[in-house]
Amino acid sequence: VVEGLALLDLGVSPYSGAIFHETPLIVYLFHFLIEYAELVFMITDVLTAVALYLAIQDFNKVVFKKQKLLIELDKYAPDVAELIQTPMEMHYIPLKVALFYLLNPYTVMSCVAKSTCAINNTVIAFFILATIKGSAFLSAVFLALATYQSLYPLTLFAPALLYLLQRQFIPIKLKSKSFWLYTTQYAALYLCSLMVIICLSFFLLNSWDFIPSVYGFILSVPDLTPNIGLFWYFFAEMFEHFSLFFVCVFQINVFFYTIPLAIKLKEHPVFFMFVQLAIISIFKSYPTVGDIALYMAFLPVWSHLYRFLRNIFILSCVLIVCSLLFPVLWHLWIYAGSANSNFYYAITLTFNIGQILLISDYFYAFLRREYYLTHGLHLTRQDGTEAMLVLK
Amino acid sequence: MGLLSDPHCRRALSRLIVRLNTPLCALSYVLGLGWFLALAFPPLAPRTYMSENAMGSTMVEEQFPFGQRALAYAREFAGHKKKVGGMPVAWLEQTLWSLGLEVHRQPFARTLPFPDEARERYMVRGTNVYGILRAPRAASTEALVLSVPCSDGPHNNQAVGLMLALASYFRGQIYWAKDIIFLVNEHDLLGMEAWLEAYHDVNVTEVQSSGTLGRAGAIQAAISLELSSDVVTSFDVAVEGLNGQLPNLDLLNLFHAFCQKNGLLCTIQGKLQRSDWDSLPAYAHSLQTMLLMVLAQASGRPRGDHGLFLRYRIEAITLRGINSFRQYKYDMTTVGRTLEGMFRKLNNLLERLHQSYFFYLLPSLSRFVSIGLYMPAFGFLILVLILKISFLGGRWFAGSREEPRPGLLVLVPPVLICHAAGLALYFLPVLGQHVATQHFPVSEAEAVVLTVIAIYVAGMALPHNTHRVLAGAGSERGWMALKLLALLTLALQLGCLALLNFSLGFLLAATMVPAAAAVQPNGPKVPLAAVLVLATPAVTLLLGILVERELVEAPAGLAEGWQLFLGAVGEGLLQHHLYGSFLFPPRDGHTDRPTDPPLAWLLLWNVLFWK
Repeated sequence: VVEGLALLDLGVSPYSGAIFHETPLIVYLFHFLIEYAELVFMITDVLTAVALYLAIQDFNKVVFKKQKLLIELDKYAPDVAELIQTPMEMHYIPLKVALFYLLNPYTVMSCVAKSTCAINNTVIAFFILATIKGSAFLSAVFLALATYQSLYPLTLFAPALLYLLQRQFIPIKLKSKSFWLYTTQYAALYLCSLMVIICLSFFLLNSWDFIPSVYGFILSVPDLTPNIGLFWYFFAEMFEHFSLFFVCVFQINVFFYTIPLAIKLKEHPVFFMFVQLAIISIFKSYPTVGDIALYMAFLPVWSHLYRFLRNIFILSCVLIVCSLLFPVLWHLWIYAGSANSNFYYAITLTFNIGQILLISDYFYAFLRREYYLTHGLHLTRQDGTEAMLVLK
Repeated sequence: MGLLSDPHCRRALSRLIVRLNTPLCALSYVLGLGWFLALAFPPLAPRTYMSENAMGSTMVEEQFPFGQRALAYAREFAGHKKKVGGMPVAWLEQTLWSLGLEVHRQPFARTLPFPDEARERYMVRGTNVYGILRAPRAASTEALVLSVPCSDGPHNNQAVGLMLALASYFRGQIYWAKDIIFLVNEHDLLGMEAWLEAYHDVNVTEVQSSGTLGRAGAIQAAISLELSSDVVTSFDVAVEGLNGQLPNLDLLNLFHAFCQKNGLLCTIQGKLQRSDWDSLPAYAHSLQTMLLMVLAQASGRPRGDHGLFLRYRIEAITLRGINSFRQYKYDMTTVGRTLEGMFRKLNNLLERLHQSYFFYLLPSLSRFVSIGLYMPAFGFLILVLILKISFLGGRWFAGSREEPRPGLLVLVPPVLICHAAGLALYFLPVLGQHVATQHFPVSEAEAVVLTVIAIYVAGMALPHNTHRVLAGAGSERGWMALKLLALLTLALQLGCLALLNFSLGFLLAATMVPAAAAVQPNGPKVPLAAVLVLATPAVTLLLGILVERELVEAPAGLAEGWQLFLGAVGEGLLQHHLYGSFLFPPRDGHTDRPTDPPLAWLLLWNVLFWK
């Protein structure tokens, strides 16, 4: 960012150097705020926490209302009293979410490092707040901003749409006219705001330079500096001939999970949003620990799934161990020169596997709870013996 | 996901872990130790081989003829050194200049954090002198270093003489592609560190120096030479560097190859290789060699001046000429030819040495144990901790259904207090040395060492105090949670340590793991307390010193061992402040790596006295 600002001050396009890949709006934002950079990042973190707090507060009310409705409609089996969430246990969840975000070592690290990921997180948090409050216009605007910053929040369109449809009580049937009407409205809002922001950037800098620098960079992954993601090692080892193919495969991997998840989780769009956020931060081309901090902030919301989580202890140990081994192996590779990139990538792989298993554990626990809610806690087979729920 | 998601399999596995926990732990520990001891068995360790292509064959024709000249230079140097009473800077500069090298001097000064009793100095001032032989047809982008420490007294004079003779010989050759720097450093490690920092323009420690005037490009390799006699019977090589870092194995292979070519006897850890390999005495011999290397690496102290080069990614070894009572002696010409051969081979390097292993153990000079072979031993030791953690974790989570959880806040006081003790152990000794000398009749160095030991012992009194602070004291699940946390911390720290300095990690694991796994407040208190005290890192250091003296065949009695122990603690602290080694200080100042076994040990002590 500093280089981009310097180039801008000289009158040259900030994208003519190879290291600046942020959007023009960020350039102009920091043009005025570069003196107070530390304060800016602290304030963005606080804003994110506040947005998450308000969002989860509202979400709790929605969940409770929905639960009451389903109980009255007799959709739940008779013996699931202990699975129902009570307001008392849900009272402290918003505070826990805000604290989880603020006190997370990953958040502290990215604040100290002054990573622009903090700004991405703030925009996504505001997007979530707007969606949960039900305002389609604001939600579309913030989603457009988030997509404009880094391409991947595009996939959050689906859960936001599902949530807003649910809020408007529009059933999700492909033949329903109101469904398509609402969808096109939301999509139009989103695309128009995206167009406006992109054109604004064009007029700010008087060139379309920023599109290949920002989006081309995210999609084609030219820079292979080691990070905690999965891309850099693969592409460092690969022949030029195949790199286009594998870039496409890796990028499709990020967007691919949206449709199956949308089909499975269409009743639970906020959980879908959480899983989608996690998938983005694991599979995106340049992940940082700030992305991880954002989705981890949501974990207290699903604390009622605790009894169904099976591997949470092992996974948290794996994640902590990997986070501690990252700097050790980085030191051994870069400074001591005794190790090589394989050591560091092994830890990256383990860390990402730990994250993937964490998300799938939560996913499975969520589905199990839904199943128990509708079919009762004590499952019996047709012949009366006790059954067990197994994932095949 | 089969194992993790299939409930039948999971239940069977957890039942197995719970029922057979102690036998499995014991088996794993024995396997780990047994694996480590088996590594020294010669047929199991592969032979060393040259990995770097550029150093493949030793087909150079060495023609170094100036053996007598080396001795003459050595005698002159000794005379001038005695006259000046230190390092004869002017004479060295003039001699190097007359040989046709580009001469530079580097004065440096360093105030030690506390006076060093072993060598009685507080403020060290010295000068490094070095001459650069510029390669005749190359662009001065790479360099090799031959460094000779200038020690007090009659030591190391022949090394300077040989260096000067080699310089005069090398100056006449046209095949050098890299510059060669001939360095004479004063006050051994301090001077070396000052030179390296000035050369690379960094400021890692607080040495004040005038800054290096002449540079010769990136240093590819360095050899440090120590010779104190006119003839040698064998050459000893030292590889361990600062914080247990080792040079590339290829450099050692190069040395071995050239010693064999010139017929020089070479030893490692002072021990000669045996020709029979499948007998028990041979196994004991190679086990001794390997244990000596493990102890040296674990101490984190560089065994020669080369140790400081490794931090800058420069491969370096130290060669020591030994004059023992053997009959066959080699003169300076042979030694010079070996060194000439080594330098000519290093001259051929196209890139830094990276092909061979950086992590290895040496049971003898021609056999090595790579990281892939020795890590499973450590893995088995950590497996004990993992088994115990899963066992405790299972019991803790199972117990959460029956009784209400006391809350994790109960754990906070012990953890905070243990951390505070660790920080005190790190900061207080050096800061408080002046206060201590005012009130007690001890010198500063003694004050520092005794403060360290005092804080360590004071930490053992902690459980009796933290008890009163805790609300959940005495509850069954409270101590399980604390032990879980302690085991996790221990496993994490041992893992990080083993990656950075395998020997230290393995030694600490071997001593602390059985005590850590066995500790619980319900069992017999006194034996468990005794076991835990024996497992503490300080006692490990004491035992390590005693074992090392045994292995070097100069056994030390208990009193002498205690003195050595005190000296080692003092040296360790001093080295930490001077070079950034991390033997015992809880946190390394340069990165945030948690290397604090005493912390985990204190937590376990708290668990033992929970009730």
